[in-house]
Amino acid sequence: MEIVNMDYTQFLAMKQEIGLLIVFIVVFLYDTFLPAKSQKALPGLTAVLMLILTVCGIVFEAVAPETLSKTAFAGMYVSTPVIAALKTILNVGVVIVLIQSVNWANSSFMAMRRGEFYELLLVTLFGMYLMVSARHFLLFVIGLESASLPLAAMVALDKNRYESHEAAVKYILTAVFSSAIFMLGLSFVYGLTGSLYFNDIYAALTGAGVNMMLIVALAAVVSGVGFKLSLVPFHLWTADVYQGAPTSVTSYLSVISKGAAAFAFLVILVQAFGMLYAQLWEWMLYALIILTITVGNLFAIRQKNMKRFLAFSSVSQAGYIMLGVISDGAPVATAAMMFYILVYIFSNLAAFGVIGAIERASGKLSMDDYRGLYRTNPRLSVAMMLAMFSLAGIPPFAGFFSKFFIFTGALSAPGVGTAMYVLVLIALINTIVSLYYYLLVVKAMFIADDQCVIEPFRSSASERLGLWITVAGIIGLGIASWFFSELNVLTATYPLI
Amino acid sequence: MFACGVYGFITRKNMIAMLVSLELMLNAVDINFVVFNRYLFPGAFEGMFFTLFAIAIAAAETALAIAIIINIFRAEKNIDVRNLDKMKF
Repeated sequence: MEIVNMDYTQFLAMKQEIGLLIVFIVVFLYDTFLPAKSQKALPGLTAVLMLILTVCGIVFEAVAPETLSKTAFAGMYVSTPVIAALKTILNVGVVIVLIQSVNWANSSFMAMRRGEFYELLLVTLFGMYLMVSARHFLLFVIGLESASLPLAAMVALDKNRYESHEAAVKYILTAVFSSAIFMLGLSFVYGLTGSLYFNDIYAALTGAGVNMMLIVALAAVVSGVGFKLSLVPFHLWTADVYQGAPTSVTSYLSVISKGAAAFAFLVILVQAFGMLYAQLWEWMLYALIILTITVGNLFAIRQKNMKRFLAFSSVSQAGYIMLGVISDGAPVATAAMMFYILVYIFSNLAAFGVIGAIERASGKLSMDDYRGLYRTNPRLSVAMMLAMFSLAGIPPFAGFFSKFFIFTGALSAPGVGTAMYVLVLIALINTIVSLYYYLLVVKAMFIADDQCVIEPFRSSASERLGLWITVAGIIGLGIASWFFSELNVLTATYPLI
Repeated sequence: MFACGVYGFITRKNMIAMLVSLELMLNAVDINFVVFNRYLFPGAFEGMFFTLFAIAIAAAETALAIAIIINIFRAEKNIDVRNLDKMKF
């Protein structure tokens, strides 16, 4: 084997990764070397830096999308405008999470750990970038692990609360278990095809029949990623972790890591296992989606804790996101999925913003405590109501359009059969079920005329800013649905295959 | 070996023993990669490299999990998973 000197300029292909790394280094140096009295500015600084990164991403996307098409490390790393757009969508979510967490990060308890929270958060985001850009399973596994391990540390951040530890241990054990299963599947794939490059695997599987080993391998890979996405039946960690983790971490976990994992899942299935679409994974996903949406909805109905309630709601939302994967990378479906992720970021972060503000002010988390909230805190209740309407998919809010597009996307696969219509019908029926429990919250806030246990309070400037952004996103994306056609043009110009 | 690890993970009640079982599973995967590489594709080193990285990742996982378990021990004074039932549906 000849020895090739590595060309270090190819690192420059990773534009967004480099940007994120610079943000990370600045935050790290600030945290390490600046005196304690200037540390209070750290959350704001991180948010501003991430905002700059996001704006740069949007500008690049609008002005010169073709410059974002890059390949590095012999095809291990690929960036296209579609992938860059997804990273920018994740950035938008991260900015909102950062804005919402300012108040929590400046509380007396967090004063010692402020820097750690932001550093870990940026590292996990870096891992997610690698996950969506990887075209080789080694890079993918590294991205997956660096996205999920620091998250366990973030879940355990709240050292004084017992639930935080319990959630962290449940998270880390299931995460390691799932990645072990995932890597077992990979080893079988490697044994069958002799490569870990996505396109080599695709080529090796072309024309090869389906054997038992391949089925086991694919099932292991799907269940490994399914754990990260909390698809039923791999969802058992979700509710406990969401409930135990600090609220800022929960909101990050529920939207950003889920969005990244969903897109990476699509890339793996289409680019590496695309040959097995009709034979194997279409039906695996079919079963997973029905189970995920239905079980998530049914369990959400009986939850009393708001964070657990949103956990199960996010399980069922993950099922809807998967509808964008099942049509084998059709451009419309990919665009619909990205739009869904963006809308989901806004709606879920609005809900978590309200919950976080109320938790900080009064410590209340139970749904019964929200009864009559409209009398004491009308603005927060309206924000919560909009979030619930959007999650349930009531027009004219963004959630309706994202659901509409994702159903369209699921039916856009070539040669779509009756089975897919049945799947979409089941998803539709489940939307109506979900309407029931989302409206339970609205009913508790507006119609119940009990004396509300939550005192009127004024939320801090950062929390209000975060809520204004999310509410603007919910309403704005509902009205300006042309944004979807922009994404659609993008995915059609740069298809995944 | 992988099956042993899964069995151990499911049946053990001590968190350290569960972690050991997880290590067993990860090591099984590593051996799987090395063996496939050595006997099926002796010309390349992809599996070997994957194994090297997987070992590093497994070490990081263990360190983090041990740290969290120590936290639990401080709070609870034991590390039996049956005690971790404060949150249930």
